[in-house]
Amino acid sequence: MRITTLALVATLSAGSAYAEMVAPADVKFTEDGAVEMSLTGVAGNAEEGKAIMVSKKLGNCVACHAASAYSEAAFPGNVGPSLDGVADRWNQAELRGILTNSKLTYEGTVMPAYYKVDGFTRPGNAYTGKAADDSFGPLLSAQQVEDVVAFLMTMKDG
Amino acid sequence: MNFKTMSLISAVALALPTLGMADADDDTLVINEEIKIVTKAPAPAHLDGALDEVISGWHFRADGTQAMEMDDFDNPGMLAVETGEELWNTVEGSEDKSCASCHGDSASMAGVKAVYPKWNDAAEEVYTIQMQVNDCRENRMGAEPWKTDKGGSIPMEALLASVSRGMPVNVAIDGPAQATWEHGKELYYTRTGQLDLSCASCHEDNYGNMIRADHLSQGQINGFPTYRLKNAKLNGAHSRFKGCIRDTRAETYSPGSPEFVALELYVASRGNGLSVEGPSVRN
Repeated sequence: MRITTLALVATLSAGSAYAEMVAPADVKFTEDGAVEMSLTGVAGNAEEGKAIMVSKKLGNCVACHAASAYSEAAFPGNVGPSLDGVADRWNQAELRGILTNSKLTYEGTVMPAYYKVDGFTRPGNAYTGKAADDSFGPLLSAQQVEDVVAFLMTMKDG
Repeated sequence: MNFKTMSLISAVALALPTLGMADADDDTLVINEEIKIVTKAPAPAHLDGALDEVISGWHFRADGTQAMEMDDFDNPGMLAVETGEELWNTVEGSEDKSCASCHGDSASMAGVKAVYPKWNDAAEEVYTIQMQVNDCRENRMGAEPWKTDKGGSIPMEALLASVSRGMPVNVAIDGPAQATWEHGKELYYTRTGQLDLSCASCHEDNYGNMIRADHLSQGQINGFPTYRLKNAKLNGAHSRFKGCIRDTRAETYSPGSPEFVALELYVASRGNGLSVEGPSVRN
């Protein structure tokens, strides 16, 4: 009896976590491009976020942005602004919106949209040069976006 | 007040790591102490509002890489020029002719590379110089054509570039070539792939900036074919276009496709006024 209750509780909470996962096409943006609601309902892990930002295979944010918080990553790019103090300039919802689809915050920006799957011209299958297939997904998962948001939120000047 | 101070601080912080290397350098390029290369020139009129000055990719490379292009004995691309010279003199095909049979010395082709891609009246399309070479091979020599950027195409293009070094790029963008040029321009400004980047995103809006350790140039092709240290071979412009588009996580076009012919014409026209520089040396 107890075991059954426990199992039921576990099933319910797993179910509710699924319910809170927002698909790329269902993300709700404010007029200014912010995303108020977490994409997963699970708090982001800042340490994971850092790893994602400096990984060439994941976010590769370091390709364009410098940041003291990952100063050990050599040769950061400068196409985008330094991220130092980025959490003083933007709140969590705004940062989530910029990561999800930066063009809704900055029209015409060269920054890629990290949680978007449609509206591309000639989308490819990763870096193969071939056309996208059924495996096409966003650049980062919903939880990876939340992890990066969590790490960005630690970047405060004062 | 706070905001202004912060902006100033971040501007300074941004400038510091790349100070002195953010822009194109001021070196001058003379090859073999003899051939003066124009590596900076006023932008052609059609770039009004986009660029003031056009700059060879040579300026965006490190001194050591730059030096390799200043002496033919240090330029690995010149080995392909030698191969091209052999091909120039090789009799092939049903007509028992070589290039030299009709054209004489390869040096007589000085100035030809500077005006390609170019409209071909008989074919009623824009020809790249590789297409023109193949037209000769098929219709004058009775020989098999080479594939774009493959076989003899690159050595022959390298030879034809080398004898035009120092002469100004001057491709025609009007008249019958105009529609192709417009198509190329549209492709240049079209954002592709999951990264949603156009040629202009990097090479017009961000030249001089760094993507990680890569110094973004204007993407000029006056130096093609280009010997890249990265893959240790001479590279054709279409192959380079393909690599760039692939890196936007897009489905690419193929070397030799009408899209890349149009893009080559357009990108070449952005370098009108720079010297022909191929075979150049880059990263």
